[in-house]
Amino acid sequence: MNAWFDYTVNGFVIGNIYALLAVGLALIYGVANLVNFAHGSVYVVGAYVGWAAITYLGTPLPLTILCVVIVSALVGVGIERIGLRPLHGSSRIAPLLATIGITLVLDQIVQLIFSPDPRAVPMQVPEWRIPLGGGTIGALDLLIAGIGLVSAVVLYGFLRFTKLGWAVRATAQDSDAALQMGVDINKVNMAVFAIASALGGLSGLLVGMYYNQISPAMSFEATLKGIVALIIGGLGNVPGAIAGSLILGLTESYGIALFGTSYRNLFAFVVLIAMLVWRPNGLFAGRRSLPPEPMTGTFITRSRPLKVPRWAVVAIIVVAALLPLTGHPYLLQIGANSLLYAMLALSLTLVAGTVGQISLGHAALLAIGGYASGLLALDGGWPVALAMPAAGLITAALGTALVFPAFRLTGHYVSIATLGIGEIVSLVILNWTGLTHGAIGLGGIPPLEIFGYDFGSVESTYWLSLVVLVLLALLQVRLLNSHLGRSWRAIRDDSVAARSYGVVGDRYKALAFGYGGFAAGISGAITAHIYSYINHETFSASISILALTMVILGGLGNVLGAVLGATLLIALPEAFRDLAEYRILIYGVVLLLLIRFRPQGLLGTV
Amino acid sequence: MAAFLEVRGLQKHFGGVTAVADALFDLREGELLSIIGPNGAGKTTLFNLISGLDAPDAGSVHFLGQDITRAAPERLARLGMARTFQHGRVFGNLSVLDNVLVGAHTRLRAVKPAVPVVGPLLEFALAAVRPAAVKAEEAALRDDAMRILSLFGERLLPRLDHPAFSLSYANRRRVEIARALALHPKLLLLDEPTAGMNPTETAEMQEVVHDLKRSGLTILLIEHKLEMVMRLSDRIIVMDDGRRIAEGLPQAVRNDPAVIEAYLGHRETGGAQQEAVP
Repeated sequence: MNAWFDYTVNGFVIGNIYALLAVGLALIYGVANLVNFAHGSVYVVGAYVGWAAITYLGTPLPLTILCVVIVSALVGVGIERIGLRPLHGSSRIAPLLATIGITLVLDQIVQLIFSPDPRAVPMQVPEWRIPLGGGTIGALDLLIAGIGLVSAVVLYGFLRFTKLGWAVRATAQDSDAALQMGVDINKVNMAVFAIASALGGLSGLLVGMYYNQISPAMSFEATLKGIVALIIGGLGNVPGAIAGSLILGLTESYGIALFGTSYRNLFAFVVLIAMLVWRPNGLFAGRRSLPPEPMTGTFITRSRPLKVPRWAVVAIIVVAALLPLTGHPYLLQIGANSLLYAMLALSLTLVAGTVGQISLGHAALLAIGGYASGLLALDGGWPVALAMPAAGLITAALGTALVFPAFRLTGHYVSIATLGIGEIVSLVILNWTGLTHGAIGLGGIPPLEIFGYDFGSVESTYWLSLVVLVLLALLQVRLLNSHLGRSWRAIRDDSVAARSYGVVGDRYKALAFGYGGFAAGISGAITAHIYSYINHETFSASISILALTMVILGGLGNVLGAVLGATLLIALPEAFRDLAEYRILIYGVVLLLLIRFRPQGLLGTV
Repeated sequence: MAAFLEVRGLQKHFGGVTAVADALFDLREGELLSIIGPNGAGKTTLFNLISGLDAPDAGSVHFLGQDITRAAPERLARLGMARTFQHGRVFGNLSVLDNVLVGAHTRLRAVKPAVPVVGPLLEFALAAVRPAAVKAEEAALRDDAMRILSLFGERLLPRLDHPAFSLSYANRRRVEIARALALHPKLLLLDEPTAGMNPTETAEMQEVVHDLKRSGLTILLIEHKLEMVMRLSDRIIVMDDGRRIAEGLPQAVRNDPAVIEAYLGHRETGGAQQEAVP
């Protein structure tokens, strides 16, 4: 009984922390129609500013809070200036991708300044606890509840009674009309980003105190949790976001009580997918279809793709095939790595570019492929030559089945759903110990060997990867030139018109994810046999983002572009190895620059 | 004899606004029925209800003897209903030819087997392997698409490979109609085919629609340019505020006082000229 009281208090406290995040996301979505993926970074910045203020300046609590609020608000203003304002008029998903770029940059900067190691935030709240109703409530619990309550009241007052608050609400209702009535939309956006980020930063500080630990890695999870709470409450619904956060906090707390800590995030993402499938408008909206699509069309920028002559493609393949003759093992290793990433990029360029489903969870396909092949070879005793293609097929089937519930979603919702599904895959791998060996990971995966021939050397790994990539690319080009390619692109360009001509969305999305799953699954399988050890973190979410950057760099939907993008983003950082520390930073900047200045990529969208 | 298309008591409300109230009409095979009325009269909503893009609150639609109320648009496409869209919905990044070929999607043999899992896999295999039969079918579809595109003279033929987003507004409308014809429809729904066209282009389009009608195609037409409506239609339905206010032969409708009141304003009778909707 006592324990349940504590779990409830804990749930409310965590819910309050989520609420500070989710309210900001809801405000931003309201005025800018944008799911701000950089929100978790602000939270991390807030936590570290608080830590630095206490550690170096010895600030008392109120002053710490003030520092955090001011710096976070400034970061928020920066996000608006870089991620939103310059992209006015470009496709609706461009700002979302820009915030992903910003989050890469911010997290990396925090990591460079403060190191990736976790830090403990000094406790600035007395340690006493009040016994109450069989459990206890601590001073920090009360502080967090108090900050949550005060923030909500201040926010309500601001939106209800100030002129800027009215402007914010007007912009949220109809930004064009607000603009016509003389509302300075830029100022409104800036104010909203500042407020949202101040709350987000505060949330980071409080979490740091509550768990007594902060690290740059918590950014991603914070974004995800905020988004889950936002979806529960309904996109853009501020009171809904608060309620959604409390529901999420309680669900997690009770879930941990029943099943244990390692399942904590699984609840959040299962709730997310369930909401997206059954109540995409949130718990509090009337049961209607999706709201008027905030982003018709996709990130596909209208362009004429660069026509690469056939002989040039043949020449590239020949040069690539001859590369091992240089006898440079390091070069070949990078080469093989690029080829494996290129297979993933092929898969993503089909799904995100050709069919327009911007997937943010693509690395999960690698994980499924890697685990399938590894387990078949290791526990099933299959020969590697059979395990790898089988892994491709398993990934195709499983990947499609997992995304299937999300097929009726569009735009931002697809990205959020695929992100959640990717996390679910990784958590299932972690927790399904009986099948996947759980947290220990999969060790001793047999090396590449096909019908007695050992592919263990760098040269043969490279050649094998090259052959597989060329075959996959040729097949993909062939499919794109068939009626399938035309149907996929029709769905992307206008799904409503496509339906009216009998192009059944589900069927063609399933085929695209199936083929994409196969290509990515093979890539994951080869990787697993090369590494000989994989675990649930081998194919992390950052690989999904990297793959997306490659695909945008090459030109969405462009097969050759995907290969080029993968090669550039894997090979170039190697060329500048002194900058290895800054690799993620460079990816983030590349992504930002592309979205801003060359959204059609190097070779053009197809 | 059951009517070709039978619309009974169709209703649609958006919030408190009644977009379509009790639509009721029959369409006979080979007939060209026009629906006219001022902006906001509910014409396009009615089209959306018939073509499955929106679900009616009440009422029923029968097509070729089948109940198609609330049927999915892809099913209607298979039954032979094709439509164009008021604001133009071409596939922007697809070439002109590909746009028309998408229109022929339901005629592809590979698309036919609707068995779950097996059907799509078979379709995938056919697209990857492309045996002679598939190639021949694709070639035949291409020839057919070229024939359809040539209905518009030299307007589209020189632009086969151009992406649709690069076309003029008028050409996009032509592409939409070509795409609809590629379905080999039994019923064609045209939503303002001449919107944004100048008089010469309008006259051309009128000629095209006239030829289609003469070839026996059943057409439901929404159009603002009254001259064209009067020339082409077998019958006209006039809508205002979601209601049918008149129905009949072009001459009768033209002289109906209720129509003049609602649609043409108070000043003139029948001489009202085309209002060009941009």
